[in-house]
Amino acid sequence: METEVVNTNFKSEEYFINMGPQHPATHGVLRLLLTIDGEIIKKVEPDLGYIHRSIEKMCERDSYQQIVHLTDRMDYLSANINNEAVCLAVENALQLEIPERVKVIRTIIGELTRISSHCLWWGVMGMDVGALTTYFYGFRDREMINDIMEETCGARLTMNYNVPGGLMLDIHPNFVKRVKDFITHFKTKLPEYDRLLTGNIIFQKRTIGVGILSKEDAISFGASGPVGRASGYSCDVRKHHPYSAIDKVTFNEVLKTEGDTYARYLVRIQEMWESLSIIEQLIDNIPEGEHRVTTNAVIKLPKGEFYQKVETARGELGVYIISTGTKNPYRLKFRSPGFSNLSLLNHIAVGGKIGDLVATMATLDLVIPDIDR
Amino acid sequence: MIQLSITENIHNWLFSIMPEGVASIVEMVLIAVVYLTIFAVTGLFLVLLERRVAAWFQLRIGPNRVGFQGLLQTMADAIKLLTKELTGTERADKFLYNLAPYFVIISALMALAVIPFTKEFHAFDINIGIFFLIAISSIGVIGILLGGWSSNNKFALIGAMRSGVQTISYELSVGLSLLTMVVITGTLQLSEIIEFQKNGWLIVQGHIPAIIAFMVFMISGTAETNRAPFDMVEAESELGAGFHTEYSGMKFAYFFLAEFINMFIIAAIATTMFFGGWLSPFGITESLPWLGVFWFLAKTMGLVFLMMWFRWTFPRLRVDQLLTLEWKYLLPINLVNIVVMALIVWLNLTIRF
Repeated sequence: METEVVNTNFKSEEYFINMGPQHPATHGVLRLLLTIDGEIIKKVEPDLGYIHRSIEKMCERDSYQQIVHLTDRMDYLSANINNEAVCLAVENALQLEIPERVKVIRTIIGELTRISSHCLWWGVMGMDVGALTTYFYGFRDREMINDIMEETCGARLTMNYNVPGGLMLDIHPNFVKRVKDFITHFKTKLPEYDRLLTGNIIFQKRTIGVGILSKEDAISFGASGPVGRASGYSCDVRKHHPYSAIDKVTFNEVLKTEGDTYARYLVRIQEMWESLSIIEQLIDNIPEGEHRVTTNAVIKLPKGEFYQKVETARGELGVYIISTGTKNPYRLKFRSPGFSNLSLLNHIAVGGKIGDLVATMATLDLVIPDIDR
Repeated sequence: MIQLSITENIHNWLFSIMPEGVASIVEMVLIAVVYLTIFAVTGLFLVLLERRVAAWFQLRIGPNRVGFQGLLQTMADAIKLLTKELTGTERADKFLYNLAPYFVIISALMALAVIPFTKEFHAFDINIGIFFLIAISSIGVIGILLGGWSSNNKFALIGAMRSGVQTISYELSVGLSLLTMVVITGTLQLSEIIEFQKNGWLIVQGHIPAIIAFMVFMISGTAETNRAPFDMVEAESELGAGFHTEYSGMKFAYFFLAEFINMFIIAAIATTMFFGGWLSPFGITESLPWLGVFWFLAKTMGLVFLMMWFRWTFPRLRVDQLLTLEWKYLLPINLVNIVVMALIVWLNLTIRF
């Protein structure tokens, strides 16, 4: 007869720890309830709501022009792309003919936003694995984009450059020259990123084989953006449902199959190269024309349901509008990439160490206002 | 022998004006004051240096407003920390919580005492100098463990436990790499080790195994001072501030200063054991022993800069990789290295001038 030996003297005890809402690695006010056994993570439970501003409810109150301004405050690192999503949805619903010039400028600005977001992510990624210096290198290059944005849009973070029907203002006369300067500058700096962090043996040890997400899981959790693509799930909205001027350029959808933290890192680094090439293809031939088509002062969408998705720096952002024909949407729902990407954190972080959790979370590239809205 | 005669004159003068017992006590107090000054000045200077070096690495300027080139910046910070309220957690173990910073700072101070700044410039020169240094520097970890344990904070506790496992592991490598050099010198006394290097610095004398020992020592020394890339203890992206999360004001400053002094001590030991201590290169200033301070500090600061370079360019290791590095790589390398060194000494293959 077998008896089970129960060792009560040396039982290892799981304990509970609050990571956040004030914690350096959660990049905002995300609260993670961790169950830990020593250093090993047993359970991760994200707790949201610390920066909830009920943006979706506010959208039901506002006119469509006003809604655009709220989307800046969701994923503030890809503000322009968020704006674009709402504008495209409204324009499609109104069946407006958008000038080519607007489409090209929107794409350039969108890709610049993506690069600046990835720059910040790269700096913070390095910081999360302990290399503080990367932060400043990432910000140096992001600063150039911010300056370009400031000149053209008048703001550095929440640009509000897109309006339903086109752009708020035409581009600044210096825009083309400065973007070209940035491209030449950034092409010399991206290899520096690789030398500083990508090739580092400690960094590779920290990331390779950590937080593995299979393709099936990526699809079932609704992962999108670099997180999904690192697992081999082809989910680039720009490729599958081209919008604005993205169908005029050739670019590669960066796909990796490993699905680990290092793959997610490489996908983002590669994406910066792709974005640079997209901008290069467009910047020399911005068509002449109007920067905006005139719309009614009060935009009333026809009765019905409208959906538009775009690829932000974090993944697929969907805007779903139910209109009853009035000047406000009856209901507006954002499908934000961060929310789905956060949902898989528990799945991939369990079994790792605290350090792994931090590295994994860095490559999910969470922006908390995007998740909490 | 300028400084030698100064200390001797003071010694004689003190003993001539007061009874012997009182005179020795006064002398001890004087030495303590001198060392506390060295401690404070070195600590404050290193903090500033680190900030300037970090700024240099990070495309920034760094503190340059308070005093010439920001030289008084850390002084201002120290005054700020002195005037800050000492907070603590509610159910902390008050006695241990208050005791912890002193363990750290006293161990750093005591290690500083045996380091020869120049000829005859050390608080005491014992025949087990290296052994004393290794033993003393391992006391500091008790302070960190106590601080993390008693402050009633889980993040601090994780940090303290990491510190325990890290420091105890890496002490082996520190000790063994120093022992490798002791195989050449045949003495543990720091002054004799430096005398021995008049025929060439030990890193030259012991060539290949000495260079390996030096690299191992720098890696494990960095780990022992809990600095990046081995700063598991206060990994701020993981644990907030680690073991000193709950400390504020001057108690925090003690931990902070001790970290920098420990860095200085590790660099100073490396200078003494591998680069000839206060000896000048090729004996160019041998007639002026007080210039030894300059050479000693120049070499030490070079190594300190190396450690800062590590810190500002490398990411942090994970805790299990940290232990893998020590137990699977550094320790076996060290054990083989010590045998190779013994063979080289036995076969008389050392390089001497």
